[in-house]
This record gives sequence, structure tokens and C-alpha cells, in this order.
Amino acid sequence: MLNRIYALFVARNLEFFRDRSALAWSILLPILIIFVFAFAFTDDNPEKFKVALVKTAGLEGATARFRQTRFIRFIEYDEAETNLHKVERHQIDLLFDPNSRRYWINQTSPNGYIVEKLLVAAFADSGESLQQNLVEGDEIRYIDWVIPGVIGMNIMWGALFGIGYVIVRYRKFGVLKRLRATPVTAMEFLSAQILSRLWLLVLVNTVIFIAMDYFVDFRMLGSYINLFLVFTLGCINMICCGLVVAARISSEEVANGILNLFSWPMMFLSGVWFSLEGAHPLMQKFALLLPLTHITDAAREIMIDGAGILQVSDHLLVLGVSSVILLVVGARIFQWE
Amino acid sequence: MPVVLQVANLVKSFGSLTAVNDVSFEIRQGSCFGLLGPNGAGKTTTIEMMEGIKTPDSGTIRYQGKPLGERFRNEAGIMFQTTALQEHIKVREIMLQFSRFYPDSASIDELASQFALHDFLHQDTRKLSGGQKQRLLLAMAQINKPKILFLDEPTTGLDPQSRRNLWKEVQKIKEEGATVLLTTHYMEEAYELCDEIAIMDHGRIIAHDAPDALLAAHFDDVVVQLHAADIPRDIGEREFHATYRNDSAHIVTGDVNKTIEHLLQFDIPLDRLRIRARDLEDLFLELTGKELRA
Ligand SMILES: Nc1ncnc2c1ncn2[C@@H]1O[C@H](COP(=O)(O)OP(=O)(O)OP(=O)(O)O)[C@@H](O)[C@H]1O
Ligand SMILES: [Mg+2]
Repeated sequence: MLNRIYALFVARNLEFFRDRSALAWSILLPILIIFVFAFAFTDDNPEKFKVALVKTAGLEGATARFRQTRFIRFIEYDEAETNLHKVERHQIDLLFDPNSRRYWINQTSPNGYIVEKLLVAAFADSGESLQQNLVEGDEIRYIDWVIPGVIGMNIMWGALFGIGYVIVRYRKFGVLKRLRATPVTAMEFLSAQILSRLWLLVLVNTVIFIAMDYFVDFRMLGSYINLFLVFTLGCINMICCGLVVAARISSEEVANGILNLFSWPMMFLSGVWFSLEGAHPLMQKFALLLPLTHITDAAREIMIDGAGILQVSDHLLVLGVSSVILLVVGARIFQWE
Repeated sequence: MPVVLQVANLVKSFGSLTAVNDVSFEIRQGSCFGLLGPNGAGKTTTIEMMEGIKTPDSGTIRYQGKPLGERFRNEAGIMFQTTALQEHIKVREIMLQFSRFYPDSASIDELASQFALHDFLHQDTRKLSGGQKQRLLLAMAQINKPKILFLDEPTTGLDPQSRRNLWKEVQKIKEEGATVLLTTHYMEEAYELCDEIAIMDHGRIIAHDAPDALLAAHFDDVVVQLHAADIPRDIGEREFHATYRNDSAHIVTGDVNKTIEHLLQFDIPLDRLRIRARDLEDLFLELTGKELRA
């Protein structure tokens, strides 16, 4: 059995490495993206100012006035304390609690300084006094923030298409039929495909990670082992997604359509490129259904916040459990023809 | 000789088309069984059900008395009518891959010399000529030293040397006690190799026996063959019920003397006259009423 898996594994690897153009593309594209972000958009998010307000019963007086300031994006939080790190990271410029009239800003943030002036101006005639709180923390550059997402995205493309598309092509052109005429079982075939793709994804993305580190000195506070674990589990999860898609389809076009249907929403709704902070709550809920959200979030928490394995365990749990379910479903419904 | 493979009442439909309709036969160990029939007769569908690739709608298939299982997979050598191989893989590598699928496999170098693959052993499988690929597929079908070999049109696209080489191989396989099931459109090949043949048409077996027995049962006449230019079509068809194929005219007769006298009455030149026994091709055409694909 191991012999057969090994034979298929080797053949698939050869195919991958000999398909030079696809190989080059899968490595160069993400590096290119990062390159563009690092040098073309050194700027932060498109919204200039972001202010978070803690929920109150009703907006009135000075707070309501402040709320009407144009060109500031207002976000609502349930409470202040759990969101302070966002001020530390410069993700929001000012956090204001109208109930206690306390606000938090980051001393090193120029935006925070300006928004503070606006807040104080709005309260100037009200006779109510504001209480300033200072926090500290480095700014997270967009590039630091986007790199985990770009790697996650690359894993998604590589896994979905590397498994889904390849197996469908095998089926369409009769490669699967020839394999079926041998003692190779469906389980052996699928194992070989998964192992080969997993190892190639890990290899390629490690290369990309190292190359990016060379171009841009990005932030990496957590442990490399934990990060590796997150990305590897992400690979497995995406591979299992691809497996389900490829289980029965024998038309390249249909497979292509379905894979795109999976990948494009993830591409834009998983918070790879922009934060879902402040997005519609339904969209945030929806994002939690997408594996890429969990991969990206977990990787960000490790790289940017230096989170340990326990802090990202909820993401790992989601990825792990859904991988197992997808794998079982994929293997169950798999058909040679 | 014991029966190795037995099929009974096989039926397979695609939509409203019944491609295989109640087919039954047995194959004896060490024999070569030929499945003949015009295009679309259901040969490939039948053979692929026997290989376990397609599932029959009804009917049974037994290998060594048991339903197809792991033992069958290990012991069967299979060559499809058309096959795709993984991409970016060289001939030697694909053979190595397939040899690893089996507990006991033949030496790749031996197979390579047996089927003359040495010249392109390190070539990408997509860059092979039609005949080269056919030879590779044949070699791959034998990589597990099969006890039963399924060959679906194995010699289509082969040059005459390779074809004769394959015939020799099949003879050798039979001598070693293995069993062969083949489909072919070459009657000469079927006659040369097969101990038993079944002729299929429209999903049914319409004749089944040893080639000579079939000929003896169906024909007690011979063919008088003339050059088409020597016998005008109208006379040939009216007086002799001749059939014209390419540039020859065929007259079937039970009494050669009488036919020749008759021909002389019409001043037909007999310089290019040949008399031959009826062969499988005649039988095939008579039974299926269709022209064969070359
Ligand atoms: N997958 C399929 N779906 C629908 N119809 C099919 C399918 N496979 C075969 N058929 C039909 O079944 C009939 C028998 O096909 P089959 O391939 O068995 O013929 P064959 O005897 O092998 O012909 P050939 O000599 O051309 O190889 C044909 O009419 C064919 O069109
Ligand atoms: Mg056929």
C-alpha cells in the first residue's frame, strides 16, 4: 500500500516540478503582490480616520455632534477595554466611551492627535469634561498586516486548484480510469494526492516566506513553529475543500467555475486585503464560515501580536474539525469515473 | 482446461441504447478469446465490464469462480482502446510507477527490449508517436506478469513489424499458461491468434466458436475472385451475384467448374482469377452485413 502511495506521490511531484510555468507563477505571484504593496502603497488604509465609539442608549448632545463629523469612519464596540489593543496597533485612531466620557489615543499616532482635537472641539461648549487616556504601541504597517493574508491566499489557490483541478483533469482524460485498472484503491490515490500537494505547498510557501522576509522586513513576533502549524493546517483544510469539489466532476469548466465560486469570495471576504473591522455584522459572521478567515486571523495573531498556540486554538479547532469532515465527505463521494 | 473467466447475461445500457444485451461466454485458461464486431457493436463496453471498470446493469462476471476482487486486480493486465497518462512523465518513470503498484512486477528493462521501447525510454509520454505509445501501453499491461490479459484493439496503429511482434508475444503468453481476451478489427489477426471467437453486433453475440469450426459451419462454398476490370459490374452483379470490393470482384460458389464455364460464356478473361476458401472476413460481413473498419 505504501509502495503504491509512494509511486503516485513521486509521479505527482514530477508533474508539478516539470510544469515550469505553473511552478514559477505560483512562487512569483505572491512575491510580486507583496513587492507592489511594500513599495507602491506605503500608505495605510484608504479611510483616513477611524474612531470607535462604545455603545450607548442614545446619542445626544456633544457626542451626537462629534458623530456627525465628516470623513471619519465610526465603528461601534460593546466595550472599551477589550478593544484597546486596536488603538495600540494604530488600527483605530481614537476610542471613545460616551458613557464615562473617557477616550483613548496612541501618543505616537498623528491621526490620533488630530481626531482628539476634533473630539475636544465638539465638547468645548457642552460643559462636560473629557478624560484622556494614553496608550502606547507601534504602528502596524499595512504590509505587516497583509503578508499573512497573502500567504493564506496563496495556499488557498494552490490547494483548491492543485487538488481540485488536477483530479478533475485526471478523470476527464482517463488517467483515473487507467489507475483504476490497477490495484490502487481510491484511498491510496487520494492520500498520495493530498500528501504530494501538502508537501509542495509547504515547500513553495516556505520559499515565498523567506523571499518576502528578504524584500521587506516584516513583523514576526510569535513562534515560527506555531506559524508553520497554522499554515500547514490551513493547507490541509484547503486541500480537503478541493477534494470535495473534485470528487465527482469530470468537466474542467464546471470544476473551474465551482473552484472560482469558492475562492473569489474568500479572496475578498476573509479579510485578506482589508480589515473586516466595522463591516456589516452579517458579513463578519459569513467570514467566519470561510477557512481563509481563520488561517489569516490565526497567522496575524501570531505574527503581529505574538500570540501563542492557545490564543489561536479556536481557529485551529475550526480548521481541524472542518478538515476531518471535508476529508471524510470527499473520500466517501469520490468516484473514479 | 479450466474456465478462468465467466460472464453470464451481461446487460449494459446508456440511456435508451442497450450497448450490451444479454452476453454470456466463458474463457478457458491458456486460450485466446477474440471479440469481433463492427464499430459500436459493444466490444469495448463488454471488455470494460469484465475488467471491472464499468458496472453492468445486470449479469455476473466471475474470475476463478469468484466476483472480481483484489486478486483479479493483481493478476489482470489491461490495455484500453484509448488511454491517457499523467503529464510531464517519461516513459521509464511511468513504467516504474506502475510496477510499484503490484506486489510482483516484471523487469522494466526486459519489457523495454521486448517491446522495443529503448529508443524513447527517456522521452515525455506526450511526445510519443501513435505506435510508440501503443507499444508502451502494451508493455504497461504486462508489467504485473498478468495471468489474464485484456487487449482492446492492441494492434490498431502498429506497423507490420510491431504487429507481428505482438502476435509472437501473445503466443508466448499463451504458452506460459496465461489467458488473453482481445478485440480486433483484423480478421487475419483473429484467425492467427484466437482459439475461440465471438462475433458481436448491436450488443449481442451472433456467432461463437473456434474460427475453423465457424467457417465450416457457415460455408460449404468458395470464393472465385477476379479483377474488377475484367468483369463489367452489370454482368457480374446480374449473372454471378458478385460483390465488388476495392478493385476485385468476388463470386461465391459451391461449384467452381460451373462458374468458370459460365464466366467463359461471357468471354471473361481468367488470367487474374483466384480461388480461395471463405475466410473470417467473409463470415464477418455475411453475419453483420457491414463493411469493416481497416
Ligand atoms: N459512456 C457512454 N455513454 C453513452 N454511450 C456509450 C458510452 N460508451 C459507449 N457507448 C455506446 O455504446 C455502443 C457500444 O460502444 P462500444 O465502445 O462498446 O463499441 P465497440 O464495439 O468497442 O466499437 P469500436 O469498434 O468502435 O471500438 C456504441 O453505440 C456507443 O456509442
Ligand atoms: Mg471499442
